[in-house]
Amino acid sequence: MSSDSLSLALIGSGGAGVMTAGQTLLDAAAACGLYGLMTRATGPQIRGGEAAAILRLSSEPVECQDDRLDVLLAIDWNKAERFADELILDANSRIIADPGQGQAPEWVRTSGARVLDVPLSELVKNHRGTRANTIAVGLLSHWIGLDNARTENTVRGILESKGARLVDAAIAGLQLGFSQARELPELPQTLPAAGAARERWLISGNEAVGLGALRAGVRFCAAYPITPSTEIQEWLAVHLPAVGGTLVQAEDELASINMCLGASFGGVPAITATSGPGFSLMVEALGLASQAEIPMVVVDVMRGGPSTGIPTRSEQADLNIAIHGAHGDAPRLVLAPNSIGDCVSTTEWAVHLAEALQTPAVVLSDQRLGQGRAAIPSPPPARWQAQRKLTTDTGESFRRFADSSDGISPMSLPGMAGGEYTATGLSHMASGRPSASGSDHRRQLDKRRRKLQAFDFGKQWADIEGDGDTAVLTWGSTTLAAREAVTRLRAKGQSVRLVSIRLLSPLDTGALEEALAPVKRLLIVEQSHGGQFHRYLRSLIDLPAHTRVLARPGPLNIGPGEIARAIQSLCLEEAA
Amino acid sequence: MSSAVEKQISILGHKDFKSDYKPVWCAGCGDFGVLNALTKAMAALELQPENVAMIAGIGCSSRIPAYTSVYGFHGVHGRALPLAAGLAISRPDLTVIATGGDGDGFSIGGNHFLHACRRNVDMTYLVMDNTVYGMTKGQASPTTECDWTGSKLSPQGTGQPPLQPLEIALAAGAPYIARAFSNSPNDLARTMAEALSFRGFSFVQILSPCITFRPDQLGWKKRVHAGFEATDNRAAAFAALADDDGFTTGTLYRAPRPCHASARAEETTVQAIQDQFGVKT
Ligand SMILES: Cc1ncc(C[n+]2csc(CCOP(=O)(O)OP(=O)(O)O)c2C)c(N)n1
Ligand code: SF4
Repeated sequence: MSSDSLSLALIGSGGAGVMTAGQTLLDAAAACGLYGLMTRATGPQIRGGEAAAILRLSSEPVECQDDRLDVLLAIDWNKAERFADELILDANSRIIADPGQGQAPEWVRTSGARVLDVPLSELVKNHRGTRANTIAVGLLSHWIGLDNARTENTVRGILESKGARLVDAAIAGLQLGFSQARELPELPQTLPAAGAARERWLISGNEAVGLGALRAGVRFCAAYPITPSTEIQEWLAVHLPAVGGTLVQAEDELASINMCLGASFGGVPAITATSGPGFSLMVEALGLASQAEIPMVVVDVMRGGPSTGIPTRSEQADLNIAIHGAHGDAPRLVLAPNSIGDCVSTTEWAVHLAEALQTPAVVLSDQRLGQGRAAIPSPPPARWQAQRKLTTDTGESFRRFADSSDGISPMSLPGMAGGEYTATGLSHMASGRPSASGSDHRRQLDKRRRKLQAFDFGKQWADIEGDGDTAVLTWGSTTLAAREAVTRLRAKGQSVRLVSIRLLSPLDTGALEEALAPVKRLLIVEQSHGGQFHRYLRSLIDLPAHTRVLARPGPLNIGPGEIARAIQSLCLEEAA
Repeated sequence: MSSAVEKQISILGHKDFKSDYKPVWCAGCGDFGVLNALTKAMAALELQPENVAMIAGIGCSSRIPAYTSVYGFHGVHGRALPLAAGLAISRPDLTVIATGGDGDGFSIGGNHFLHACRRNVDMTYLVMDNTVYGMTKGQASPTTECDWTGSKLSPQGTGQPPLQPLEIALAAGAPYIARAFSNSPNDLARTMAEALSFRGFSFVQILSPCITFRPDQLGWKKRVHAGFEATDNRAAAFAALADDDGFTTGTLYRAPRPCHASARAEETTVQAIQDQFGVKT
């Protein structure tokens, strides 16, 4: 797929507007009928640090970055050396840099890429009101072959509400960029032609989570800001009230999750969004939700950890706490979307499952998905709704935690006369009355486990593609690069199976074993230092004897090329 | 509260608000008085049990929801207020009562207390203050006197001034603040009924002796005295607290202000929201 796409990055100091520029370019490309993805890479500081908007445009849907860049545009070189190991350049790459910003860093100079000078800062000085990032958008847009008029329209659309003066200045900047591009030599790699007009969406993973929640019927959110999850809260703050729901900015994460439990106890489907440190604080209440059988969804947009880690970059190392965090045996649902579009459906499904099973659900997204923005094929229509089993039998015989073969006890809600009970984190009997008896404890533990075991989760526990006796097993955002690696190998005639697990807990071990039955060679791919996913799988099933793990901590992307190479060496290893 | 309420208290069966659970409290615990007064207040206000929810954290006092026949949620230590707020905000049709102890409310849950006062959600917070951690067998709480040496955890006393819940509530913006005594059933029921009827966040500190770990609190009977005159003047309320010995009862402050309200927005459909993501070419 590599040759059908164009990869670009814009870098500059935080505040230089590279994110806005990248987003504008993506929007313009989408308006021209392309698909594309933009991921963000920034330092932890808000301004003054390094920032990169990394884009990939294609005529076919793409959701992972390529292994290398065709174009790098530097508004300035501030701390750019930090990108040395992730923005990969070669002799076919082209660099646009402002000679007024000094020399390019060593990694750029030694890459063999051709550097082309464009005096961005001088242009800004000579044309009052323009900004370097808008000129950069014009330049890149024209150079790679987007339609100038559509790019202008896109910018007009974005700035419309900000007044005519701003729009005029931006259009002037774009045109400066267009004319600069006309002076540049042609790119070695051309932009693929736009595909047939199909319905597409422009959406970020965080917005997609918010939309999924709304579609499934969530009407309450309490949250405390934390990077990189805040956009979920911001999006819901606008859209929940518009459909009759409420968002509360809580004083901390302890309050956030407990407020959600309060709302859900009252019958209103609830969600909170956070990232690692906030999720750690929520773990006690997760146990409460499990014990008291109150549904709710926690979205953890993972970042580098432990502790405050790397707030602005991606990792998949919260798997352990998501599955096992909380004392005691506290089963919960753990789900992971494996693309930006899938953030919609997986969140929807999480809400549905949480409500159906009266169990907390954790959705593990990450910075790459959450803050990634893409032009994607429009996701399928809503399929999963919040549907809670309510009691029809309030009165003398109502027992809130009555046992049944599927373990699901019909629930009563405040306002239902005769259904009064006290939900509690204490071990209890079927009535809800606290009990320290071992057999009561065990009966309820059995019931809660059975709820999850007896439920038919269907086929969407994983995405399984391809066949053959070599397989890649992954979850979450690393799936995107793995999928492309498999596609590339398939194009070369090699058949590789991809298994991406969406329902991480409870894991459908029978189905996974079946999916791996014909597999002789297995590569596990995950973005964690300790190989958390691999260890988790090993604790539940026997993996093929020939299993290798490609595990790396964040934030460095595991690219499709690297995965393809790992699969190939896996095959060679066995042959040797 | 008028004498009409007092009459109703005697007429309506407050037992309907009690559950058949036998409290685990020590005989003589002040919390029995709180339970009795609360069921009386609910009966007097003619609330329907199914429309009331009692939310608590952890502690002896936090067990109270299960002893009533209304909906209850006995959560984790210190988190009664956010639980209650989530419920009250999303179900404004209910009467929501958060309850618990001084350790639960002012120590582990201290931050939530400040923000509940500020946020002003329409609910009532009843704190059974016995100046000790009863459930964990008698450690000092934030309201314990600095020279109390009865705890093995602070054998020399805490050396810290006790926290002043009413001053904090006032400073943090609570619109309704009162103090009552568990051993004065009618006054307590009256205060509770007033707090429950108040629109906004109402906070009642209830002096409720722990006879097991603070038997000296049996002497509170002699020290408690009426005295607060309800005012809507913050300066006057602060002045009253400056003269307070910790045992003055009554409504200290009552100054309604707008409640936390759900944000309003122009109504739309999920479909219309979703359509915004479509690429415009
Ligand atoms: C997170 C957590 N920490 C500690 C405890 C132990 N604990 C239970 S109740 C309690 C103190 C209760 O004191 P208070 O709120 O004053 O209530 P009382 O028992 O006196 O009514 C403590 C420390 C706990 N349950 N959870
Ligand atoms: S220990 Fe104290 S607070 Fe707890 S029940 Fe006994 S008397 Fe009441």
